[in-house]
Amino acid sequence: MSDQPAVVVDGLVMVYGDKVAVDGLSLEVAAHTITAVLGPNGAGKTTTLETCEGYRRPQRGSVRVLGLDPVRDRRALLPRIGVMLQSGGAWSGVRAVEMLRHVARLHAHPLDVDLLVDRLGLDECGRTPYRRLSGGQQQRLGLAMAIVGRPELVFVDEPTAGLDPAVRRDVWDLLEELRADGVTVVLTTHYMDEAERLADRVHIVDRGTLVASGTPLELTRGGSVATIRLVVTEPFPPGSPASLATDLGPGTEVTQLDAVSLLVTGPADASTLGKVSRWCETHGVLPESLTLGQRNLEDVFLELTRGSVA
Amino acid sequence: MSTFSPAPGAAPVVRQVLVQASMEARLMLRNGEQLLLAVVIPVIVLVGGVRGAERIDLSYGVETFAPGVLALAVMSTSFTALAIATGFERRYGVIKRLGTSPLSRTALLGGKVLALLAVEALQVAVIAGVAVALGWEPSVSVVGVLLTVVLGTAAFASLGLLLAGSLRAEATLAAANLVYLLLMAGGAVVLPASAYGSFGDVVHWLPSGALGEAMRTALGESGDAGVPWRDLLVLAGWSVVGAGATARTFKWE
Repeated sequence: MSDQPAVVVDGLVMVYGDKVAVDGLSLEVAAHTITAVLGPNGAGKTTTLETCEGYRRPQRGSVRVLGLDPVRDRRALLPRIGVMLQSGGAWSGVRAVEMLRHVARLHAHPLDVDLLVDRLGLDECGRTPYRRLSGGQQQRLGLAMAIVGRPELVFVDEPTAGLDPAVRRDVWDLLEELRADGVTVVLTTHYMDEAERLADRVHIVDRGTLVASGTPLELTRGGSVATIRLVVTEPFPPGSPASLATDLGPGTEVTQLDAVSLLVTGPADASTLGKVSRWCETHGVLPESLTLGQRNLEDVFLELTRGSVA
Repeated sequence: MSTFSPAPGAAPVVRQVLVQASMEARLMLRNGEQLLLAVVIPVIVLVGGVRGAERIDLSYGVETFAPGVLALAVMSTSFTALAIATGFERRYGVIKRLGTSPLSRTALLGGKVLALLAVEALQVAVIAGVAVALGWEPSVSVVGVLLTVVLGTAAFASLGLLLAGSLRAEATLAAANLVYLLLMAGGAVVLPASAYGSFGDVVHWLPSGALGEAMRTALGESGDAGVPWRDLLVLAGWSVVGAGATARTFKWE
C-alpha cells in the first residue's frame, strides 16, 4: 500500500451564477483513515465531494482521487470508489435487497450481499419497495450500495442522519471496520460527536474555504487554558458576554455560542468557576449546566463558523 | 483477507448490460400502468377494431389491425414507457447513482435497449396470439419484421429519451401520454396512411406512419410480405435526428 494521499484537492474554485460555492479550497485525505469534512449548510462540502466523484469539473484548481483525475480518468476510477448519496438513488418500485444485489452484480468481486444485509439490519425490509422504506432504511441501503463493490475509498454523505441511536452505533462500527480493513473513508456530517468519535482527521470548511484542520484532539486542545461552558434555562439578557468578561477580568474571553450558551476561555484557575456562578446570581440567570473542561469539537466548530450558521 | 479488504473491479461489460436489462425489464413489467400501456390497451384496440369493423362492415380486417397494433405496441414501449421511466429515474437520482457505479453510459443505454426488446418480444407473442385466435393468417417477412421492430424502437427510443432528458418527470409523463394518444389516433399507426386521405402523404414521413406502414408491408397486409425499405429508411432518419438531439440536450440529473 502506498502512502500517497487518497484525495488531494488543490485550490478548487466552483462558482454558480453569483454564488461562490467553493473558494480556493485545498485539503488532503490520507489513505486508510477516516476523514470528516464538517461545515455549516452551504459551506461547499457537497460541491467538493461531487467534484471528487467526477460529477462536476473543477472550474479552477485541481482534484486528484487515488492519483487519478475524476473526470478524465472516470472509467478507471469509478470501480475503485464507493459513493453514498444524501438521498435517492434507487427506483421507486425496486425492493431493497434487489437494488443492493443489482449494484453488487455490476462489480467484479462484490461483498456477500447477505452479510451486508445482516450487518446493516436490512433483512427487516428486504422485500419492501424503495418508496416505502423509512428514511433510516434508505440511509442504510445507501451505505450498503456504496461499499458492496469493495472500494478502496468511500465517500459517505451524512451516513447517520435520521438513524436511531442503536443503528447509529452499528454504522459507526461498520465504518471503523472498513478503516481497519484498509478502506479510506471520507465522511461529511453535522454530528460533532460522530466526527469526534470516528475521524482521524477533521477538516472544517466554511464559505468554500478550509478554516481548520487537524485531529479532533489537536482541534480541541486548549493548552493550559480552561474552558467553561455555561448553559442557561432562558436566553441571556443583551450584553451578557461583555458584562461577564468584565467581572472575570483580563486574560479571559467570553464567546456567545447561541441564545442560551456561553463559552468562557481563560486561565486554568479555580476561582473563575466561582466568578461565573456569582455573575449568574447577580444577573438573575439560572444555570442549567456549568461545565469546566476541555473544549469539544462542537465548540471549535461554532467558534470557527459563527456567523455562517443561522 | 478481512471482510472489507478492497477488491475493486468492474464486472465484464456484457454481464453489466444483461444485469441492467433484466432489472429494467422486471421493473417495467412490475408496474401496473406500464403493463396497461404495453399489453392491455393494444389487445383492446385489436379485438375492438376487428369486431367493430365486422359490425359496421368496414373494409379493414384482422390482416390490417394485427400489424397496426403490433406497431402501436412497439411505440408504447419504446417511446411512452421508456420516456416515463427515464424521467422518473432522473428525478429519483437513479441515473446519478448508477453514474458512480462501474456501469458506463453506453452500457446503461445498451441495457435499456435490450430491456425494451425483451418487453416487445413479450408483447408480440401476446398480440400475435390474440390475432391468430381472431383468424389472422399472415404472410411474414421475418427480416422485414425484425428490421421494423429494431429501427422503430431506435427511432422512438431516441425521441423518448429526448423528451425525458429535457423535461421534468411530471411534464414527461403528460407529454409522453399525449403524444402517444395523438399518434394512435392520427399517426397512421393502427390504420394505414391511405385511410387518412390526402394527409396520408404527410403522415408517411412521421415515425408513427413509417412504423405502421413498415409493419403492414412486412406482415403482408395487402398480399405478399416484403422488406419495407423506404419506411425503414425514414425510421433510420428519425433515429439519427433523435439520437443527435438527445446527445446534445440530455441532462443526467
